Amino acid sequence: MILRLAIASLFARALTVGMTVLAIGLSVMLFLGVEKVRTGAKASFADTISGTDLIVGARSGSVQLLLYSVFRIGNATNNVTWQSYQDIAAWPEVEWIVPISLGDSHRQFRVMGTTPAFFERYKYRRDRGLSVADGVLMDDLFDAVIGADVANALGYRVDDPIVVAHGLASFLHHDDQPFRVAGILEKTGTPVDRTVIVSLAAIEAIHVDWKSGARAPGAGTPEEVIRQMDLTPNAITAALVGVESPIQIFGLQRAINEYSEEPLLAILPGVALQELWAIVGVAETALLAVSAMVVVTALIGMMATIFSSLNERRREMAIFRAMGARPRVIVAMLVLEAVLTAALGGALGLGLLYFGLIVAQPIVDSAFGLWLPIEAPALRELWVLIGVIVAGAVVSLVPALRAYRLSLADGMMVRT
Amino acid sequence: MNEKAPILELQDVRFRWPGRVVFEMSVPDFSVAPGETVLLLGESGSGKSTLLSLICGTVLAQAGRVSVAGTALDELSGGKRDRFRGEHVGVVFQQFNLLPFGSVLENIRLPLRFAPERRARVADEAQEAARLCNALGLPEAVLGSRAAALSVGQQQRVAVARALIGQPPILLADEPTSALDEESQSAFLDLMFKQVRASGATLLMVSHDPRLSTRFDRVVRMSDIAHVERQAA
Ligand SMILES: Nc1ncnc2c1ncn2[C@@H]1O[C@H](COP(=O)(O)OP(=O)(O)O)[C@@H](O)[C@H]1O
Ligand SMILES: [Mg+2]
Repeated sequence: MILRLAIASLFARALTVGMTVLAIGLSVMLFLGVEKVRTGAKASFADTISGTDLIVGARSGSVQLLLYSVFRIGNATNNVTWQSYQDIAAWPEVEWIVPISLGDSHRQFRVMGTTPAFFERYKYRRDRGLSVADGVLMDDLFDAVIGADVANALGYRVDDPIVVAHGLASFLHHDDQPFRVAGILEKTGTPVDRTVIVSLAAIEAIHVDWKSGARAPGAGTPEEVIRQMDLTPNAITAALVGVESPIQIFGLQRAINEYSEEPLLAILPGVALQELWAIVGVAETALLAVSAMVVVTALIGMMATIFSSLNERRREMAIFRAMGARPRVIVAMLVLEAVLTAALGGALGLGLLYFGLIVAQPIVDSAFGLWLPIEAPALRELWVLIGVIVAGAVVSLVPALRAYRLSLADGMMVRT
Repeated sequence: MNEKAPILELQDVRFRWPGRVVFEMSVPDFSVAPGETVLLLGESGSGKSTLLSLICGTVLAQAGRVSVAGTALDELSGGKRDRFRGEHVGVVFQQFNLLPFGSVLENIRLPLRFAPERRARVADEAQEAARLCNALGLPEAVLGSRAAALSVGQQQRVAVARALIGQPPILLADEPTSALDEESQSAFLDLMFKQVRASGATLLMVSHDPRLSTRFDRVVRMSDIAHVERQAA
C-alpha cells in the first residue's frame, strides 16, 4: 500500500514527473543511440575485410598499408616488384594471393587493378563475398567493374564507356583507352563501393604511352597494338594473401618482413584495423562521454525537481511521520520515487531508441553504408539502464537526506 | 494497569526550538488520566502544537520527563519512539490531514501499516474503516473516492476515523474544528466524542476557542500549566 501511495503521489504530480521522465528518456535514448552507432561503426569497420590473412606491401607503417590497400586512402610510397610478388606466390604456405595495383582514378573514385581472384577472395562482414548486381565480371582488357557508389554517383549503367585517368589528379586523362562498364557490384558498405576495378593488364595498358609520369610524345598507341603487347606489370602496390593453415600466418608474416630481395611489410588486417580504430575511435568515445554527461544532467534535473517538490510535500511527510513512519520511510519513499522515475525514463529511452532505429536504419544504411542491427536489448544496454536507475537513486539521496532532516526538525506540525 | 496512573505525564519539562527565534517552554507538571477528555486552551503561538509534538515524541524535551502510557519517551530510540507513537497515539491536525492522492480507505488504513499491534486488533481493515465512516456520518461510498475530492468537514471526520482505527489509547487533536463553520463544528464534535467514548480513548484536544469547553471532562489553560519565554534574537 505504501508503494501504491508512492506511485499515486507520483501521478498526482504527473506533469513535472512526466517532464523529468521525458528528459531522462531522451538522454538515455541519446546515450544508447550513440553507443549503438559506435558499436555499429566499429563492427562494420572491423568487417571491412575478412578472410584475408595477410596484406603485403612495400615497407611503411601498418596503418598506412591498411589505409591505402583496403580503404584506398593515401598512397603507397613504394611498390612491390613483380618478381617479389611471384616469388612469394610460389611459397608453399601461400594458398592464394591477389595482387592490387593502385594509383589511377576515375573522377573522384580510385581505380584498382587486380585479378579475377579478387572477386572470389575479398570478403567482408565475416563471410560475405562480392557479387554483381548488374552485368558480368570483366573478361575483356578494357572492361571495368564498378562499385555501387560509383554507379550511383556517376549514373553509370552496364556498357557505358568510362575513361580512366592516370594519377590521382583529374586533369590528366587517358583519353585514348576508353573502358566499358562490364558489371556493377552489389552494395557492401565497404570501400569497394567506391572503387573502379579493372584487370592488372588494363593498368599496364593505360600506361603504355606514359613514361615516368609524363605523356610520351607522338600519337597514342592504337588499341589493336596494345592488345598485342605483353602487359605483365613490373610492379604492384600490394597483395592480399591467404595461407594454407592459420598456424602459418605468423611464420609467413615474419618471412615476408625479413624478405631479403626487397623491404616488404606484411600485416594482419584484423590487428591493423584495431590499431586504426584506436585512432579513429577516440572521437566516438568522446561522443559517448558527452552523451553520458547528458544523462547525468537529466538525473541532476530530477534531483532539482525532487528538491523543489520537498516544500509542497512537507505536509505529506508530516502525515507519514504522525502515523508512526520513521524518517527513513520518508527517505525510502523519495528514493523509490526517483528509482521509478529513472526506470520510466530508461524504459522510455529504450522505446525511443527502437523507434528511432526503425526509422533511421534504412537512411543510415544508404547514406553511410552503416548497418545498425535492431536486436533485443543486449546485456550492455540493460547495464546502462540499471546504471541510470542506480544513479537516480544515488542522486535522490541528496534531497531525501534533506527531507530526513526537515522531517526531524519539523516535529509533527508543519509550520506554514 | 493501575486506574490512577496517568496515561500522559509531563514533569519538569523544558523544551526550546532550535533556531534564531527563541521559543522556550517549560511545563512543571501536567498529566491526563486514562479515558479523560481534556481541552487545552491557549491563544495562537502559545506553544500548544509544540506540546503535542512533545507528547508525540517527534521532538524531545531538553530536560524533564514526558511519559506516555507509562513509557518515558526519552528512553526510547528514535525508531522505537516512532513505532510507539504509531501504536499509541492517533492524531488529528487542524486541516490537510489526508494524503490527497490516496483514497479515503487508504488514508484510514495508513497508520496500521506502521503499527502491528493496532493492525492485529482489526480483523477486517476495510470493514472496520467502513464502520468508523458510518459512525462518523460519512456515506460508505466515500471510502473509494480520492481524499482530495472530499469537503473539509468530511476530511476532518476521515481523519478521526484514521486516528481511531485499531483503538490507540490516546487521541491528540490539534484545533480540529477551526477550519469548520460553526454548525459543522458541533456536529463534528458530537460524532468525535461518541467514537472516543465508544473506544474508551483518552482525548487531548487543543484549541483557542473557549466555547467548546462544555463537552470536556476538564479544561486547562496553557498559561496554567506552561511557562513560555520568547524573544527575537
Ligand atoms: N518546527 C519549528 N521549528 C522552530 N520553531 C518552531 C517550530 N514550531 C513552532 N516553533 C516556535 O514555537 C512557537 C509556538 O508555536 P506552536 O507550538 O505552533 O503554537 P500554537 O500551536 O499554540 O499556535 C512558534 O511561535 C515558533 O516560534
Ligand atoms: Mg498550533
